[in-house]
Amino acid sequence: MALSGLDIFKMLPKTNCGDCSVPTCLAFAMKLAQGQAELSSCPHVSDEAKSALGAASAPPMRAVTVGVGGTAFTVGEETVLFRHEKTFVNPCAIGVQIQSGDSDEQIGASLADAAASSFERVQMALRCGFIAVQSTGDAARFASVASRAADATSLPLILMSSDPEHMAAALDAVGTKRPLIHAATESNIDAMIELAAKHSCPMAVRASGLDAVAVLTEKAIGAGLKDLVIDSAPQDAASALRDHVFARRAALNQKFAPLGFPTISFPGEVSDGDEMLETVFGALDVVKYGSIIVLSGAEPWRMLPLLVLRQNIFTDPQRPMQAESKIYEYGTPGPDSPFFVTTNFSLTYFIVSGEIESSKAGAYLGIVESEGLSVLTAWAAGKFVPERIAKFVAASGIADKIGHREIIIPGAVAQISGELAEELDGWNVVVGPYEASDIPAFLKRRAG
Amino acid sequence: MTFQEPIEKMSGRIRELTLGSGENACTVGGQNTLSFYRWEGDMPHAPVIAMEVYDVAPVGWPESLVAAFGDALSDPAAWARVCVEKHGARLICIQLAGTDPNGADRSASEAAETVKSVADAVDVPLLVYGSGNADKDAEVLKLVAEVMADRPCAIGPATEDNYKPIAAAALAYGHVVIAETPIDVNMAKQLNILITQLGLPADKILMDPSTGAVGYGIEYSYTVSERLRLAALGQNDDMTQMPMICNLGKESWRAKEAKTSVDEEPAWGDAHKRGVLWEATTAITMAAGGADVLVMRHPEAVDLMRQAIDRLAAS
Repeated sequence: MALSGLDIFKMLPKTNCGDCSVPTCLAFAMKLAQGQAELSSCPHVSDEAKSALGAASAPPMRAVTVGVGGTAFTVGEETVLFRHEKTFVNPCAIGVQIQSGDSDEQIGASLADAAASSFERVQMALRCGFIAVQSTGDAARFASVASRAADATSLPLILMSSDPEHMAAALDAVGTKRPLIHAATESNIDAMIELAAKHSCPMAVRASGLDAVAVLTEKAIGAGLKDLVIDSAPQDAASALRDHVFARRAALNQKFAPLGFPTISFPGEVSDGDEMLETVFGALDVVKYGSIIVLSGAEPWRMLPLLVLRQNIFTDPQRPMQAESKIYEYGTPGPDSPFFVTTNFSLTYFIVSGEIESSKAGAYLGIVESEGLSVLTAWAAGKFVPERIAKFVAASGIADKIGHREIIIPGAVAQISGELAEELDGWNVVVGPYEASDIPAFLKRRAG
Repeated sequence: MTFQEPIEKMSGRIRELTLGSGENACTVGGQNTLSFYRWEGDMPHAPVIAMEVYDVAPVGWPESLVAAFGDALSDPAAWARVCVEKHGARLICIQLAGTDPNGADRSASEAAETVKSVADAVDVPLLVYGSGNADKDAEVLKLVAEVMADRPCAIGPATEDNYKPIAAAALAYGHVVIAETPIDVNMAKQLNILITQLGLPADKILMDPSTGAVGYGIEYSYTVSERLRLAALGQNDDMTQMPMICNLGKESWRAKEAKTSVDEEPAWGDAHKRGVLWEATTAITMAAGGADVLVMRHPEAVDLMRQAIDRLAAS
């Protein structure tokens, strides 16, 4: 049963000491109520309050971190089922599985693909998130391939074997890098719990169906483990979707603690070896509640769409992505090339950019800092107004790149052209198309 | 603690809508659950794919698409035949991009001729999209509605600027209207209300809440579709219970990541697979968001989506 912030506040010390790193007890109580803080952050809370609040205040879905250092990823901690309610919290991790039994050449090629699948988009780095090493040889080989993967990529590792001896060997080699153990099953769970505890590593439990998974997580929780990941081993794509939906609802709506963990999924297991179909189901996992998504390959043609989709789905619906404010160049622009300006809303930037590009003409596009708002909204909010545009033009250095003094503004803000001409002394303000899709035709008319 | 399946039944249901007539007629909608949530409701009709053809030969398409259709790209009727006979398309979507006054500016009668030629070439239901120019679309779609009087199809996009003449033509000749709004829940609902007030039955409206591809605003389209679906099913909101159509082929292939060759961007890898996946990942996302009709372009992306839908719809 969820408690309100005020219910929780009544049980806190009310000293506002700030030791929990939240300034006041009331603010801390509110965070607890929303599942954004843990009671253990308060060093002064009474045992009585602890037992009363313990269950109610734990985040319904635990955050689990895999790996160490800059490449480590954290998944879980989600608070909603639909992204319009609240931003999804931790982007899912997308990575690649390799087999220890493969040849050194094959493994080298897969690791190279993983390292090469690294892109930058709207000032964000998108990359392959981890290497999952599956033991398909002996224990020593498993350990050596795991070490090699860690050394070659410095990415977080997922160690995959149901044999505790293999797992022990690999953990002896790379256990300090906080790999995810995959997986504890009905037949090996005691030994795996021991290994996870010994090396302080997160552990996935795998069983057929969520009810069987819950039995195992309860056992692991009982043994003192906290950082768990669930794998319901679905037989087909429909079951995979159902299990993701059920796990998320069980955690958030039913506060069912045994399933309050991130998930791990293998879209290749429901795609009959078709790597294209696997990618399609990987996309479905991105949208529908996958936390760790393991692919059979990391080539850029499949990583790029999934990483970009993830970037989209995990953005804050209230605070859009922003393009960097600067001058962008298209084709081979010269002193006579046209100069456009628009706002830094990433979608505006992408669409305008795409249309200029498709016209194949040399051109400059100035992106004005406008708090990520689209053209009309930014204008209405005073973020895309003559004064700010003029300031941007002066600071951008565009005057050194072009011989003319003509600036093309979006048709949607035609009304500012007079005022902008006053702000930009010596410039001619041209009103461009209302719709970005008319830019190629506009440029064609302008050239002809 | 034992696990109890968290089933969540919905109170509303999406309207059934039939495209075309006769033995190839295709019914969409009818579900009382979010897409593919068959464990807690019915989804009598899985999402269906319409393959698109263009009235004028496309320029600047990447090699992978040109190779898929070859010479048929310059003949919409031949193109439609390839889609139906070779790729098993159940629906054909004719994109009348060539009528755009800022483009080839083909006349309404030329467009109607094109639609007729496709209708004569294939016997599956047709959907007809204008160029997106409100005035021209009204003129073109009125004539299309008339010449297709004996062959019910879907026409659009009807927008807040031109829904009256388009809905009137659909009403007069028995067609379905595609009602398009710019990624906004309230505007989508409002346009449905306006069109029904003109007398067009609610089960003759396909909603098009607009689509962005992966990387180009799909998060907005996905969330608006999802919210429309939650309103329709969760709140039983009558004027959002229309099936949805997602015109995603053209958006997907407009993306730089879909059409750029590997020579231009070696770091992006195989251009063919990348392009097909750009379209297919856009499609699966929008299908999960609630799309009932997916307008698609590349035969391999279509095939992938068909397989994905078949597997998700099996229970």
